[in-house]
Amino acid sequence: MTLATARGEKYAADFEALTESCPVTDWMLELRQSGWDHFDSIGFPTARRGNELWKYTNLTALDQGKFVFQLDGPGDVEPDLLRQRAPWSDDWSTLVFIDGRYSASLSQVSSGDGVKVQNLSDAAHSELLRTHLGTHAAVDENAFSALNTAFLMDGGFVQIPEGRDDTSPIHLLFVTTPGGSRAIYPRTLVVSGINSRSTVIESYISLGGEGGFTAPVAEYVLNSGAGIDHYRVLVENEESFHIGTTRVYQLDDSTFTSTSFALGPKIGRNDVHVLLDAPGAECTLNGLYLTTGDQHMDNHISTTHAKPHGTSHQFYKGVLSGNSRAVFSGRVLVEKDAQKTQAFQKDLNLVLSHGAEIDTKPSLEIYADDVQCAHGATAGHTDPEALFYMQARGIDEVTAQAMLMRGFASEIVDMISVDGLQDYVHGVVEEAIPRLQAAAD
Amino acid sequence: MLQVTDLHASVVDSDEEILKGLSLRIGPGEVHAIMGPNGSGKSTFANVLLGRPDYVVNSGRVTFEDEDILELFPDQRALRGMFLAFQYPAEIPGVRPWQFLKAALDARREYAGEKSLSVRDFSKLFDDKVKAVGIDPDLVKRSLNEGFSGGEKKRNEMLQLEMLEPRLAILDETDSGLDVDALRIVAEGVNSLRSPDRSFLIVTHYQRLLNYIKPDVVHILVDGRIVETGGPELAMTVENSGYEQYIKAAVAD
Repeated sequence: MTLATARGEKYAADFEALTESCPVTDWMLELRQSGWDHFDSIGFPTARRGNELWKYTNLTALDQGKFVFQLDGPGDVEPDLLRQRAPWSDDWSTLVFIDGRYSASLSQVSSGDGVKVQNLSDAAHSELLRTHLGTHAAVDENAFSALNTAFLMDGGFVQIPEGRDDTSPIHLLFVTTPGGSRAIYPRTLVVSGINSRSTVIESYISLGGEGGFTAPVAEYVLNSGAGIDHYRVLVENEESFHIGTTRVYQLDDSTFTSTSFALGPKIGRNDVHVLLDAPGAECTLNGLYLTTGDQHMDNHISTTHAKPHGTSHQFYKGVLSGNSRAVFSGRVLVEKDAQKTQAFQKDLNLVLSHGAEIDTKPSLEIYADDVQCAHGATAGHTDPEALFYMQARGIDEVTAQAMLMRGFASEIVDMISVDGLQDYVHGVVEEAIPRLQAAAD
Repeated sequence: MLQVTDLHASVVDSDEEILKGLSLRIGPGEVHAIMGPNGSGKSTFANVLLGRPDYVVNSGRVTFEDEDILELFPDQRALRGMFLAFQYPAEIPGVRPWQFLKAALDARREYAGEKSLSVRDFSKLFDDKVKAVGIDPDLVKRSLNEGFSGGEKKRNEMLQLEMLEPRLAILDETDSGLDVDALRIVAEGVNSLRSPDRSFLIVTHYQRLLNYIKPDVVHILVDGRIVETGGPELAMTVENSGYEQYIKAAVAD
């Protein structure tokens, strides 16, 4: 099906303008075109019956094409404002992207120890980039991966050299600013060398009130024995649409440990797939989501064990209030060859209002016979026993409930081992608690 | 200090009354024990006094220091100096005992018009009390009551009692599931806190705890009413001959 309607023309016009005004190398041009062709043929997914992966997510607003792709370079943002509103430390290597465009002046990259942190479009001649970009998050993954690839331009490209043993954070900061409903397509590729260590933070922050559409795609490649501590922070405003795709490819004995935090945008999706493609790989996907109002947050978390002796954990927690809705769709696939796999899945939810809804669906699909797997999910109101216990010590109900919410969230927040980032997320949670409580019943 | 008059209470949404006209009076500095068979309403009484929302008071009156408290929220009762040591303390995930007690003590001091303790002063007090109650210092780094053994939970209740220094402490079967050592620690805690302006209400099934804490008054509760009140010797009578005679008498009533 071709997007013949006005909505399709909007994206088509943007794509045409990009192709004309921002020339790139041939292979990138081809990649873009394949992204566009794919998007053009499938369009946005709909919530219609039978579309299992998207059945909870209503994307009509995207379809109406009200979001505009910005060709111009990055707008001005006060560095102080960035430090105030985004996770920030001068000790980190940070690439800053304003409304999707790379800002060299706001970025701070410390060179040394062989790590390369650069804007993707400045690395067009890199063979490594060419090899991996679009390989792990292919254009036929979903409409958003296709769309992101069609609008490929700026993004984070990180190369961690073999044996590097330093975990000072590398931060890819994607900021949206007020003024216009923009569509932005951040792209990230991280390739970590054999037996290297690194910490990578992706954050998506808005500095203003208007809602935009952000469709990031991030690809992570872990060579043998590589370890990445990964953080993903989504704090865009309440009117925004954020559809994120993360693809992780792991070789033997590599370790990917990810903690994701999402403060509900209007519609949010965190779509993660990890492929453990060699023996002994380990992956941990933790997450916390907070939603209220009429927000929708969809966590689509999937791990494939293709080879033996792998270990995977999925542990997500949600706090829901108002009339918000969240989804945890966790999937672990253990293929026939993946003997001695250990896989654990858990999704726990604190539901503060009758209008809020959590659809939690952990699932294990196992084709090997010698594995150890477990999963579980819960959803409940604030524990009345705990509330009474705290009240009986003189703590009023509102304070007690806030303490319980903080306690519930802290299990994930405390997993963030980068100090400045933990403080930032902690602060965002603290700010959110009264708003969630106000919408509780 | 506490005056309970003809108290009737039932579980929310149930017609069956559990407390059927309970009356008692506890004066300042007194230690009262309430004993009774299973299902007599002992725990219900302890919880109703603190306003547990699972129960509804149908009639009667409860005053604490001459103030009618039945309309007060549990935290308001606690701020006025009432304390319940729980039979089954709730687990509070993600909240450490330190944080919890700081919040409780801050609330209490604010109510009393006092400045809250600095983190340093609070920590010192807390560490001293942890040591005094004999709690494993590693335990208080965990989430409150989560994964605590029965004995550890009860010790933790005593820690809170010692930190909050209430006017009236109600101990709801604090002795259940405790070994002799833990029992002694609970008793020492209570005994050290005894003072002319602090009262205790000890709810227990067995006489055992009363070997260590000598009550001034013992009440026998059967079927939601106090059927006998006496001195410490009453506990010994129950220990020797059980509750049978009181149950029979109550049925014959």
